Amino acid sequence: MGETADQFFVTLQHWLVGHAPASLQPILSSLLSVVAILGVFALLFAITTVLERKGLGRIQNRYGPNRVGPFGFLQPIADGIKSLTKEDIVPHAADKVVHFLAPVVLVLAAFSLYAVLPLGRNMVLANLDAGVLFFFAVSSVMELTIFMAGWSSRNKYSLLGAMRAIAQMISYEVPLILASVTVIMAAGSLSTVAIVEKQAGYTGILPHWFVFTPWGFAGFVLFMIAATAESNRSPFDLPEGESEIIAGYYTEYSGFKFALFFLGEYLGMFAISGLGITLFLGGWAAPFSFLAWVPSYLWFFAKLLGMIVVFIWVRGTLPRLRMDQLMNFAWKFMLPMALLNLVTVAVWHFLPQGVLRWIVCGLMVVVPYVLLGRGLTRGWKLEKRVYRFAE
Amino acid sequence: MLFTIFAILTVAGAAAAMSLRNLVHSVLALTVAFAGLAAVYLHLGAQFIGLAQILVYVGAVAILIVFAILLTRDAGATSQSILSSSWIGNGTVVLVIFGILAWAIHHSATSQRVVLPQPEASMQQIGNALMLRFALPLEIIGVLLTVALIGAVTIAMREKKETR
Repeated sequence: MGETADQFFVTLQHWLVGHAPASLQPILSSLLSVVAILGVFALLFAITTVLERKGLGRIQNRYGPNRVGPFGFLQPIADGIKSLTKEDIVPHAADKVVHFLAPVVLVLAAFSLYAVLPLGRNMVLANLDAGVLFFFAVSSVMELTIFMAGWSSRNKYSLLGAMRAIAQMISYEVPLILASVTVIMAAGSLSTVAIVEKQAGYTGILPHWFVFTPWGFAGFVLFMIAATAESNRSPFDLPEGESEIIAGYYTEYSGFKFALFFLGEYLGMFAISGLGITLFLGGWAAPFSFLAWVPSYLWFFAKLLGMIVVFIWVRGTLPRLRMDQLMNFAWKFMLPMALLNLVTVAVWHFLPQGVLRWIVCGLMVVVPYVLLGRGLTRGWKLEKRVYRFAE
Repeated sequence: MLFTIFAILTVAGAAAAMSLRNLVHSVLALTVAFAGLAAVYLHLGAQFIGLAQILVYVGAVAILIVFAILLTRDAGATSQSILSSSWIGNGTVVLVIFGILAWAIHHSATSQRVVLPQPEASMQQIGNALMLRFALPLEIIGVLLTVALIGAVTIAMREKKETR
């Protein structure tokens, strides 16, 4: 019974594909998976927009949208209709072709990220041998589209915002990839399916997820911080809400193209959370062995929703980082921590199982964190701010 | 047929990169050429190098070129048209030479060689080769990259001190 519910969508797909002639079956099967991914994640985007607005509203002690539908949950429909019917204004001096292509390529790249995420048992669109590498390659295409958006608007603020966004994204790509490399080293494979399978199994009731090891926890924290920066989300959203008056690289976009940018950004956020879940949180595995009867895709989406809630929570709570603080954080703090994490995972692999390796690896993670933090903040003094031109 | 599409994409991208007037448009066309090349690699089954091509060329080299253009020249300026009347005569000469070379290569010994079976290049084998047989070149490349990084930082730092 649990097995059929778990494999429900897989058997449904096989049944639907079985109606077609044998030569068309692979294409039809991929097409069905693609349509399913498009539908599910677009729906998740709609739910997230309203969840975010209501969540942020509650954190800021106000209601979110509450007019459309019960408790405002049909707001995305209103938003969609609005963005479709708004006039599409393209600046006269803008580069029309690049201006049009930027959101299109962004959404294209964002949707292709889902091809390598295992959404459930046997539910991955493309079981690539180098799945994680594919993910990072496609997410680096997204950076170029942000430049295209900022430059084609022929607007100084857009260009500045785009430059800052690219600088931020390539800086945070380094700790992101290094944190993933620790998982790749531990699992011995770049394939996402193999990484999830390595985290299956339980000792007693506790799972073998990589996040429950010292290096995995440090790697997970580094990964999530870098993921927040990669998706240009608060507290790293300086390029986008730069002066909140001018929206950075998508200032000159209106109507549906603006909605496409939002879609692309949120899809990127979901995809990178999905990768974090695959690498560190055990993919579609249940957290306790007695809960394994719940279908695997429900666990994946439950974890994904949990991470979305954490993203919204962090957005509502922390202030925005300034550009130099952001860059210093990436290069001076996160990069050394990620490199030390690499050594930690190697030590974990070669020490025999037991309390010793927990203590050694735990110290190898905690001690540099404390020392590095103390060292980097030593020059900071809180003093009364002097305004040069106002005195 | 897929190879033809990718080949046309790559060549068209490269030709556009050469002949477009706007410099940033040329860079974007060059990026399309890189992507076409990555598609060819993936079509041949070389997953690692195809994806690394996208990651490195499209993700890093294209952005580097874009930054270099934007930080050093007036990006709105367009260059002159590069087609002129002397292209017809020159183009004919080039085509004739290309024809002769193509005929010569086609009738030479290289086109009648025995095609070896495709070697296995799985991720495991690339990793093993890099770590075991080619460990020294890997380390030397790492040192080279570190030297380049330190050099770039040193040059940038010295410029900051000079302006003071």
